[in-house]
Amino acid sequence: MTDEPATKHVPGASRRKFLKGSAALGAGVIAAGTARAEGPDPLITEVQDWANAFGDAVDAAPYGTPIHFESHVVRRNVEWLTESPVSSINFTPIHALEGTITPQGCAFERHHSGAIELSKSDYRLMINGLVDTPLVFTFEDLTRFPRSSMVAFCECAANGGMEWGGAQLEGCQFTQGMIHNMEYVGVPLRVLLEEAGVKPEGKWVYAEGADASSNGRSIPMEKALDDVLVAFYANGEALRKEHGYPARLVVPGWEGNMWVKWVRRLGVYEHAVESREETSKYTDLMPDGRARKWTWVMDAKSVITSPSPQAPVRHGKGPLVITGLAWSGHGKIAKVDVSLDGGRNWQEARITGEAKPKALTRFHLDIDWDGSELLLQSRATDETGYVQPTKDALRAIRGLNNVYHNNGIQTWWLKSDGEVENVEVA
Amino acid sequence: MSKSLNLLAGTALAAGLIAGPAMAEKLGLGRAALPEEIAAWDVAVQPDGTGLPEGSGDVLTGEEVFADKCATCHGEFAEGLDSWPVLAGGEGTLKDRRPVKTIGSYWPYLSTVFDYVHRSMPFGSAQTVSVDETYAITAFLLYSNGLVEDDFVLTRDNFTEITLPNADGFYVDDRPETEYPLFSGAACMTDCGAEVKVTKRAVDLNVTPEDPDGRPAGTLPALTMAAAGTAAPAEAAASEAATEETATEETAAEEPAAEEAATETAAADPALVEAGQKVFKKCAACHKVGEGAKNATGPHLNGVVGRTAGTIEGFKYSKPMTDAGAGGLVWDADALTAYLENPKGFVKGTKMSFAGLKKEEDRAAIIAYLGTLAP
Ligand code: HEC
Ligand code: HEC
Repeated sequence: MTDEPATKHVPGASRRKFLKGSAALGAGVIAAGTARAEGPDPLITEVQDWANAFGDAVDAAPYGTPIHFESHVVRRNVEWLTESPVSSINFTPIHALEGTITPQGCAFERHHSGAIELSKSDYRLMINGLVDTPLVFTFEDLTRFPRSSMVAFCECAANGGMEWGGAQLEGCQFTQGMIHNMEYVGVPLRVLLEEAGVKPEGKWVYAEGADASSNGRSIPMEKALDDVLVAFYANGEALRKEHGYPARLVVPGWEGNMWVKWVRRLGVYEHAVESREETSKYTDLMPDGRARKWTWVMDAKSVITSPSPQAPVRHGKGPLVITGLAWSGHGKIAKVDVSLDGGRNWQEARITGEAKPKALTRFHLDIDWDGSELLLQSRATDETGYVQPTKDALRAIRGLNNVYHNNGIQTWWLKSDGEVENVEVA
Repeated sequence: MSKSLNLLAGTALAAGLIAGPAMAEKLGLGRAALPEEIAAWDVAVQPDGTGLPEGSGDVLTGEEVFADKCATCHGEFAEGLDSWPVLAGGEGTLKDRRPVKTIGSYWPYLSTVFDYVHRSMPFGSAQTVSVDETYAITAFLLYSNGLVEDDFVLTRDNFTEITLPNADGFYVDDRPETEYPLFSGAACMTDCGAEVKVTKRAVDLNVTPEDPDGRPAGTLPALTMAAAGTAAPAEAAASEAATEETATEETAAEEPAAEEAATETAAADPALVEAGQKVFKKCAACHKVGEGAKNATGPHLNGVVGRTAGTIEGFKYSKPMTDAGAGGLVWDADALTAYLENPKGFVKGTKMSFAGLKKEEDRAAIIAYLGTLAP
């Protein structure tokens, strides 16, 4: 609000000093674990430009983005996976995140016809079929129903699908990154269904999106009346376009494909529609050539997010933080074990923060690394007593063509130089 | 007041309830859906035929419509071009290491074919296939899977008489019986088996996207190289420049072309070009650009601005497109604007199955971007 220039830019001289300073620091790292300084640190002894000049003014970024040093923390896709980027998938950089909440800006996306732009004023939600009164709601109508909130993970059923045949991609972003976890606020689907009045013969709710794919999935009435939400806020703000703005379904614990985005219609029917997304896709081919259908629940799973191939250990031996994520579509995570020797011996990791049902749970294990090779694994147990199986245990039952629901234990090979590889062991 | 309190209490309970619809009081929000509105949006077709509209279509008509609207991606015989989905064949492959899942080999219900084609295809211009065309395409897809003869006519009345070969190939999730008991119970904590060895390594496949330094894309930068984000590229550029000195001699012959491209880029508004590059994502499924770009579902678009329509060798254009080129159609800014706004309106019968760019700024941006692509 002042007429004077708000910032002064004084790069140049001190920038060079800074680079020199970091080179000196870089040399120090080779003697890993040392605490001895080899002379005074110019970052401390010399005045840096951030310590004597202004930073950005309050009007520099009305809506902020991450600082450019974090520019590698972005969603990434694997081009060869799909023929078209508008019916495709990208992956959350879980190797670079901590805690449990996924920022919307780097939460994975899966579209079948691209992310559409649909305004609140153009938004309509229809409930029809086996109801007393077929209804149309505007967005404003939705905002007048009582709200509820929850934290929930959304995992694509195909998360890890590329790993059925063996270790394939380097990094948990690619092997386990079709997942995000947000705090949602919206209207319980139950409340909307009650407003229309479900007839006794209405056993299924078919939810359908407003985009060109009009992706649709059939949800059994018990689930629809249990914990499904028509959400319009995520992590405290409006949903992002790519996650279904202005309204999407949240179907806690169940496969991401059912979390219909840009949800525009809820059809109440006696039977499942058996849409393309619940027949041709999202059915799990078994070794006998038959397939499981309606495999909605995401079973318990965990992965060490650091160290991992994209998060190598660069600091040498000594104190090392091992951290990761665990989750279960059946409820809360009860415990997470970590193995350093490829699954022979396990120790219980610390659950950091509260373990919420059907939400990501963070675990940590702090070790004193002696610099020897480790085969890192994590194994989740949920409140039902289900223990995350090995990939081979899953393959023994489901073969190699299952595609979906690969919740097998992940192995990272941490080598003496700190580099990490995606491997399988036996 | 008390009304909403009741409702809130009901909501709070909901999380724990698994029961039939409870009769809560209504808030009176929303309005009744009109029959025309329901008809427009509720197009779901179910296995028992519920939702099928009145209509019919025969195999031969289906073959024509398919050739016109679908074959650019799925192939004339529904065999799938490039890596677009295969819709026919694959019988008996479901136990193979590489199963081919198609309508004939995998899909359980014919209703799903009708429903999906009618609502979601063609990819990029959904909901443009009429009811009769959908019947005809469905009949053609049955024919191309060897399930009916070429004189077959599919109607609403005979629809449910058709049973797909893999109708019995599915069963409801049995993990609770077949897996959960095996994967439950106290987990072993010590000496849980013999020592293990690495048996498979992802590096052997080498299919992970990489950063310029050869590490997996997105690898966290070393913290000891402070501000690597800004410092490292400068260093890298310097060393690259040094090594390139020797390389320039060999590539001298290619240089003029590169320069030309560079000046063209300079002439266009860089912001517009950048915007156009983003818009191009909508075209990239079918058109390749850049050095060595090949024809794909559509012809490559290198140097398309100023080029005569329908003249890329080796690409099988539609007849209307070749005719338009022979008649003198050149892809200048005006022609591109008109074609990209409404492909089928500008070149009647073009086989580009693309709904068009509705926004004027998108069209301007894409044309600026296309202008930067050297032939
Ligand atoms: C531009 C390329 C393109 C065109 C043209 C096209 N499709 Fe598709 N088709 C696709 C893609 C891509 C998918 C997969 C979409 C997805 O998974 O989200 C698909 C999926 C399908 C499927 C489901 C395949 C499966 O195994 O699940 C059917 C059936 C289909 N298309 C039929 C048609 C018909 C009929 C037409 C013409 C009316 C058509 N398509 C036009 C690209 C195309
Ligand atoms: C679904 C696939 C598809 C998409 C998406 C698509 N095109 Fe095409 N395009 C084609 C095909 C096929 C042809 C050949 C048309 C013909 O022969 O009638 C074509 C032809 C063209 C031509 C004429 C080329 C020539 O050599 O005469 C231009 C220009 C063009 N497309 C531009 C675009 C642009 C720009 C976009 C994106 C905004 C786009 N197309 C999106 C499939 C596609």
